[in-house]
Amino acid sequence: MNTNLQMSSPSVVSFKEKSKQIFNQLGMVIILALLIIVMIIFAPNFTDSSNILNVLKQSSITAILAAGMTVVILTGGIDLSVGSTLALSGVISVLLSNAGIPPVIAMLVGVAVGYVAGAINGFLTAVTKLPAFIVTLGSMTYLRGLAYVITGGYPVVLASKQFKFIGAGEILGIPTPIYVMAIVYTIMLIVLKYTMFGRHVYAIGGNEEAAHLTGIKVKRTLINVYSISGLFAGVSGVVMAGRLFSGQPMVGIAFELDAIAAVVLGGTSFVGGRGRIQGTIIGVLIVAVLTNGMTLLNVDYYWQQVVKGIVIVIAVLLDRLRSRT
Amino acid sequence: MAVFQIQEQINRRLPESQLPILRMKAVTKKFSGVKVLQNVNIELYKGEVHALMGENGAGKSTLMKIMAGVYQPDGGTIEYKSQEVHWNNPMEARNKGISVIHQEISLSPNLSIGENIMMGTTFKKNRLGLINWNDIYENAAQVLKSIGSSLDPRAEVSTLSVAQQQMVEIARALSLNSEILIMDEPTASLTDKEIEKLFGIIEELRRKGVAIVYISHRMDEIFKISNRFTVLRDGHWVTSGPISDTNPENLVKLMVGRELNELFVRERIESIVRSEQKPVLELKNVSDKKYVKGISLKIYPGEIVGLAGLVGAGRTELVRTIFGLSELSEGQIILDGKPVHIKSPIDAIKLGIAHVPESRKEQGLLPNLSVKENILMAQLPTYRKFKLLQFKQMNRDADRYIKELGVRTASKDQNVMGLSGGNQQKVVIAKWLSIGPKILLLDEPTRGVDIGAKTEIHKIISRLAEQGLAVLMISSELPEVLGVSDRILVIHEGKLRAELSRNEATQEKIMYYATGEVKK
Repeated sequence: MNTNLQMSSPSVVSFKEKSKQIFNQLGMVIILALLIIVMIIFAPNFTDSSNILNVLKQSSITAILAAGMTVVILTGGIDLSVGSTLALSGVISVLLSNAGIPPVIAMLVGVAVGYVAGAINGFLTAVTKLPAFIVTLGSMTYLRGLAYVITGGYPVVLASKQFKFIGAGEILGIPTPIYVMAIVYTIMLIVLKYTMFGRHVYAIGGNEEAAHLTGIKVKRTLINVYSISGLFAGVSGVVMAGRLFSGQPMVGIAFELDAIAAVVLGGTSFVGGRGRIQGTIIGVLIVAVLTNGMTLLNVDYYWQQVVKGIVIVIAVLLDRLRSRT
Repeated sequence: MAVFQIQEQINRRLPESQLPILRMKAVTKKFSGVKVLQNVNIELYKGEVHALMGENGAGKSTLMKIMAGVYQPDGGTIEYKSQEVHWNNPMEARNKGISVIHQEISLSPNLSIGENIMMGTTFKKNRLGLINWNDIYENAAQVLKSIGSSLDPRAEVSTLSVAQQQMVEIARALSLNSEILIMDEPTASLTDKEIEKLFGIIEELRRKGVAIVYISHRMDEIFKISNRFTVLRDGHWVTSGPISDTNPENLVKLMVGRELNELFVRERIESIVRSEQKPVLELKNVSDKKYVKGISLKIYPGEIVGLAGLVGAGRTELVRTIFGLSELSEGQIILDGKPVHIKSPIDAIKLGIAHVPESRKEQGLLPNLSVKENILMAQLPTYRKFKLLQFKQMNRDADRYIKELGVRTASKDQNVMGLSGGNQQKVVIAKWLSIGPKILLLDEPTRGVDIGAKTEIHKIISRLAEQGLAVLMISSELPEVLGVSDRILVIHEGKLRAELSRNEATQEKIMYYATGEVKK
């Protein structure tokens, strides 16, 4: 009896840890499942394939932003500039396309703009050691300002049909943005789990000093992290422009907050070092299903805001409980 | 000898008041099951300077913190002015007249001197219910004057020197009408002249009837200013008595008198033939900007060199300089006969230098990552194929290290935070073995590790040395230094004071050099 207990003690610990891990991973999945069940029962037309595709299409922009945000928050940082980057990338790519540059090139330049904006954030955060909050608060403001300056404050109507395809087209009956989202998440899943960069992100987020002492290039990794966030903001800017048939300088305001909310809802710790990209997509879907369901249920738009806000607070609360292990 | 002359010069009268102002009896304190204090007794009298002595980790700080209400004892009693007391927090003790001047200055740098001094008291308000600043500055000025300081209470604390800040700390303690003043290594960062002044103030306070607990490693100071002493060793009370009844030699003996038999003792290895072998690491006159002063040393392959000294002597800083964490301001580091420039840990690792840092939690472990990833993190680039990590190979290597070092873990995928301290430390050591180092720098490799795991770690270190690794090991535990090292270097105030062979080294000898005593 006694020996039995001793023998099993290590596996008991791991079982406890495993069940905790499973709860951490599945906790939000369960909430999403419950939400879906509630919507299936109460919201008319929720299960229509057109509605489901609509939910996915509408959440794709936030989802792409949130993928980059996840990596940033995993290092213990924050990126407030993604909404503004989205606007600037969209505006620049539309202007270039209208100027006669091939749409694919125009779109790539838009993405590159996001990458550069992110790299500047990363440089300032990693090298000058300014707090990420301040750095990206600043870039949030100046990138938005640039978008206004370039367009004079007016939306630029997009001419290219090919360009529109990225935001409003369909392949096999499924909207293109959903493909973009799927590609982004597949890549990030592999990057975070199976590449050295990904593991360094976790190591830095868990303990930056230990990572430095282990010989990890902390600064370079951080610059890459913010660059990825900017890159995805650029991608979502291009997709957004295609969807709206225009480059709009005022688009994407407060999108960074939606992205952050999705990341935290997905179980990524704000302190860094803990979280998964799979969680983020669940977080995105929770908000999307909640919003869609409430709309189908004719909940007043203002009340929707109230409910969403409460959900975010509860998510942060869950984050606290999780990190108190 | 000089010490005894000083002793005679000073009036050694014992305090007249007969009842102790504070009496701690059979005080016991545990931290997560480990007893750090066991049945410790101490009595303080009005108008005495009481030296609290002991090695690093003997329990001085814990005792001091219990006295001041920072910790609550798990057993034993505290009598203050003949009444049993229980401090719930430092505030309570302070309000009753017990103040501490911590080793690290604990002032608010952006506030004025006056505010800092009066911070613990209730601020006087004017008619509008707002703070009466004039009153604060006047009171502060008075307190400062009473210790002979002419500092302007309106000046900001950040503009002061360390010594001046210490004056402010003392003034703050006095503003609370302290009857017991605890000073933890107050002279650590003062110049000789400033120390003289401090001693003047201490003498003045003593005459006024304040009981002073004085913690210091400097023997000469102890014999110069204290009336009585108490020695702690490994959390136990050893003895107390008038300082005139003892001498430095005797005190050191009381502090270190420990048996070696409990710990691992490395088998004697035929002393390395220096003339034939080349040192793998050589330091020539190495200084950093502050703590390390012109240290030269050589380490040969297969050798374990112990680095002894007191906390703050510059041992950690020396090792950090070798690992590229502190800037080398002077001197040369030579590796395998070639001078090298190490600007960062990345450089050091490339050269085959590994470093197990002092604080496992803050500097060593990558929390929330698995045992496997902690072990292989420094070596990830070698496991890549087309940018992707090859898990099969990683799993195999992780298993090998876990087996080699005897890490007790449920699996290699277990979160590293779930392991015991000793096993976590083995993981940190494994991480460095994975890079195939030539030199292993260990900073307190067995701190916070239980005795069983300690022995295992010592065996691992010995085995690594036998395989040809050069090891430089900092340890504050003398039995560990003596049990494991082939050679022992003693550092005092940033300078190399002694090099002792395994045969000639004793705890007493090391302590002599570490405390800066010069033995004839």
